[in-house]
Amino acid sequence: MSTLAPHRELGLTDAEYEGICERLDRDPNSLELAVFSLMWSEHCAYKHSKKLLRRLPTEGPHVVMGPGENAGAVDVGDGLTVAFKVESHNHPSAVEPFQGAATGVGGILRDVFAIGARPIAVLDSLRFGELDSERSRYLFDYAVKGIGHYGNSIGVPTVGGEVQFERPYEQNCLVNAMCVGIARHDRLIRSAATGSGNVLVLFGARTGRDGIGGASVLASAELTEQDAAKRPSVQIGDPFEEKKLLECCLELLAGDVLVALQDLGAAGLSSSSSEMASKGGVGLDIDVSRVPLREADMEPFEIMISESQERMLCVVEPEQLAEMLAVCDRWEVRAAAIGEVTDSGRLRVLDGDELVGDVPVSALVDDCPLYDLDPQAPSEPIYPTPPARLDAGADAATTLKALLASPSVASKRFVFEQYDSVVGSRTVRRPGAADAAVLQLAPDGGRGALAVSIDGNGRRAACDPFTGAVEAVLECARNLACVGAEPLGLTNCLNFGNPEKPHVAWQLTRAADGLREACLALGVPVVGGNVSLYNESGEGPIYPTPIVGMVGKLAYPERAAGSAFAKEGHVVALVGPYSPDLAGSELEKLRGGMATGLPAVDLAAHAAALVALRRAVAGGGLATAHDLSEGGLACALAECCIGGGVGASVDVRALGADVDKALFGEAPGGVLVAGPREAIAGVEGALRLGEVGGERLVIQGVLDLEVRALSDVFEATIPAALA
Amino acid sequence: MKFAVLRFPGSCDEVDALMACRRFGAADLIWHGDRDLGGPDAVVVPGGFSYGDYLRAGAIARFSPAMEAVSEFALAGGPVLGICNGFQVLCEAGLLPGALLPNVSLRFICRQVDVEVANSDTPFTRACAKGDRLSIPVKHTTGRYYAPGAALDELEARGQVVLRYGTGQNPNGSSRDIAGVCNAQKNVMGLMPHPEHAVDRLTGSDDGGRLFASIAAHVEQLVPA
Repeated sequence: MSTLAPHRELGLTDAEYEGICERLDRDPNSLELAVFSLMWSEHCAYKHSKKLLRRLPTEGPHVVMGPGENAGAVDVGDGLTVAFKVESHNHPSAVEPFQGAATGVGGILRDVFAIGARPIAVLDSLRFGELDSERSRYLFDYAVKGIGHYGNSIGVPTVGGEVQFERPYEQNCLVNAMCVGIARHDRLIRSAATGSGNVLVLFGARTGRDGIGGASVLASAELTEQDAAKRPSVQIGDPFEEKKLLECCLELLAGDVLVALQDLGAAGLSSSSSEMASKGGVGLDIDVSRVPLREADMEPFEIMISESQERMLCVVEPEQLAEMLAVCDRWEVRAAAIGEVTDSGRLRVLDGDELVGDVPVSALVDDCPLYDLDPQAPSEPIYPTPPARLDAGADAATTLKALLASPSVASKRFVFEQYDSVVGSRTVRRPGAADAAVLQLAPDGGRGALAVSIDGNGRRAACDPFTGAVEAVLECARNLACVGAEPLGLTNCLNFGNPEKPHVAWQLTRAADGLREACLALGVPVVGGNVSLYNESGEGPIYPTPIVGMVGKLAYPERAAGSAFAKEGHVVALVGPYSPDLAGSELEKLRGGMATGLPAVDLAAHAAALVALRRAVAGGGLATAHDLSEGGLACALAECCIGGGVGASVDVRALGADVDKALFGEAPGGVLVAGPREAIAGVEGALRLGEVGGERLVIQGVLDLEVRALSDVFEATIPAALA
Repeated sequence: MKFAVLRFPGSCDEVDALMACRRFGAADLIWHGDRDLGGPDAVVVPGGFSYGDYLRAGAIARFSPAMEAVSEFALAGGPVLGICNGFQVLCEAGLLPGALLPNVSLRFICRQVDVEVANSDTPFTRACAKGDRLSIPVKHTTGRYYAPGAALDELEARGQVVLRYGTGQNPNGSSRDIAGVCNAQKNVMGLMPHPEHAVDRLTGSDDGGRLFASIAAHVEQLVPA
């Protein structure tokens, strides 16, 4: 057993503990200390990242709700608002991948329906170690099953995502889930508790001992050898309970029964209640003896910090309470009035008649000390170079096949076929069909469609955190442009190591700067996000992994270009700016290299090119638009051929004499387009490469391969690894 | 022409089914606790995870008041279409022969597949010709159709096998590639593919609409205008 002082065992520093005593003018009791330790954890208070996040641009003409609410929201016209947010569930997934990933989905869904929006899509961004590791295969397999289990069972389609495999994620995998929801403007609700005397109602699942201390124990500390013992800190998901809760909440909002609504996530009742009180500038009295329990003998502190899933908290006027409870009853959702709004400005916890905790709301929510980072660029490489898997002298055909078989490039069909991508009747472009998912708005009474994408590349960010973050924003925007969509807003999840270490602080600072610069250049506001720090194991930090999710709008969903070649005779062309380089490329990794810098990006040129591409696609002439990413031009060509089951013949000599660079080099900006001759002629700056046709991919003078053989390689890797 | 679409707690595709039905007639959602189906001409038992399906897919839904009413409606000859979880519920309720087992892969599979019309002489396929191929998505974990060999022979002999997966496209290991079956009276049909997700070419295919069109044509023939 540990002999640490209680506050240290809960993750608080001595100085923080003294700060708590000052604010209370006494020592906290054990319940108060438990609540403070969670509210002042990195996970809840963002104490190492808040100052950086304040520098991100958050304003824009379409923004309806910015950071600070449960999810961000943008206006998409016709009286409709789209809410979205990405959030991590990394450490729970590293300890118990199925439930960790499942409850990650459950949590982000609740964030979206907590503001009154119906969830219409989930996307996820996953990172694991290399697939030759048994642990990585286990985490990958069960995280995917967990995501599918929750999303499929609740009837929200999983429409997109990405997966990469790199050694530094072996112990500490990443599971980031993004949810997109839709609401009429007048149905949106905020989380500010108001109206002294109003009733606080807890509804949904009963409260148990699961997830006690998850935010501090799991999410705000590095992973260690003893993590199996932390399994009880992982919550268990029940998508059926959440499905009822979701429909119940939406019916309550349609009936205008609620004053405020908030989901219960990290730190459970403690954080949800204190944040509602803080936003409304009120106090709350909570009687824990009125909380429906799963286990009879729970201590008051356990009830306050339990992270049991599928629970919501709302404020109701007393005269609306009966109606609120009736709606819950119809949906077979358990509900209990557990307290009331006061004008005390204090969170008072009662156990029947006994006062068991009494703290100022502002001390919990606003007074957590914020720390300045101490960033220092590393003097030597932080990460070991990956082992060489491909001979540098391999010919182009061998190289292309090796890249297509590399797990990060290989087909993710095995993953996305485990997700329901069509429920809801909105999905116009499914996973694998286009660079961004396209969701029509007609079922919601809107016109046109949404496009959504989620992107990031940790290895490139490890080479250069600033440029890596810039590229994540650009790739997301490019994926949207490939379906003809204009970006409206962005959410992000910053997955990093321990920020108290100077080199991680440097990565975080540089990435936040990159995010800021790219958002400003593209004019896309950040409407919400999440930070996941302390992603480290005994082997060091993960690659710095800024993940970007973006939502855009397009007028004509039927015009959204696909990521496959569509028709023999279509002209194939490349649009840029595009200056491929082997630094940070997948090929560099296969050859056992790791660059310590990436070429700088001309953001203004990229911003202009994105507008031009979007207009070209939205104009309706292009059948194909596919972003060049991992594996460069050659892999993009192969993917277009494989997707369409058709060959192509191209000449890439105009791209320079260095074939490796031209075919396998990587850089932001490149997009492969295809369509009828006249349509391609109308695309400004398009470099004609060749034509679609036949059954072979022919790169003149370089390689000539059967598409079926490429497809076999591309499709085989992941199913074979998990067989 | 009016459809009733059941809604259980845990249903996922009921609104999709409702919207699909409304392309071919009027349609209302019926809550699982209601015994009154509202006088429909046809009933759709939709997909999803009724009551969470934690026991066995469809095992609890068959006991709901709405399903009691559906059984009576079916026994009186009314057309009933069960889709995915609805198919599982109808098998559990004894309205359809056979059972649905976990996929051979033991994984959820979401995929567009071709299904072939094996019998066009049913209220659900009369707008099709035998041998027509329909492109419709499947999405399920428990969709492997099973019945003992002799029972399968009998089903085939009586024309109760209505839909089969196209050659090489059986996604779940179903016996004899069976994707959809009907009862001996041919007024109750279940299928694992989701025709309600194939009613609009914008979202992939409109082939599934032909099942709903068939039901509407069947009903309108029974009740001349």
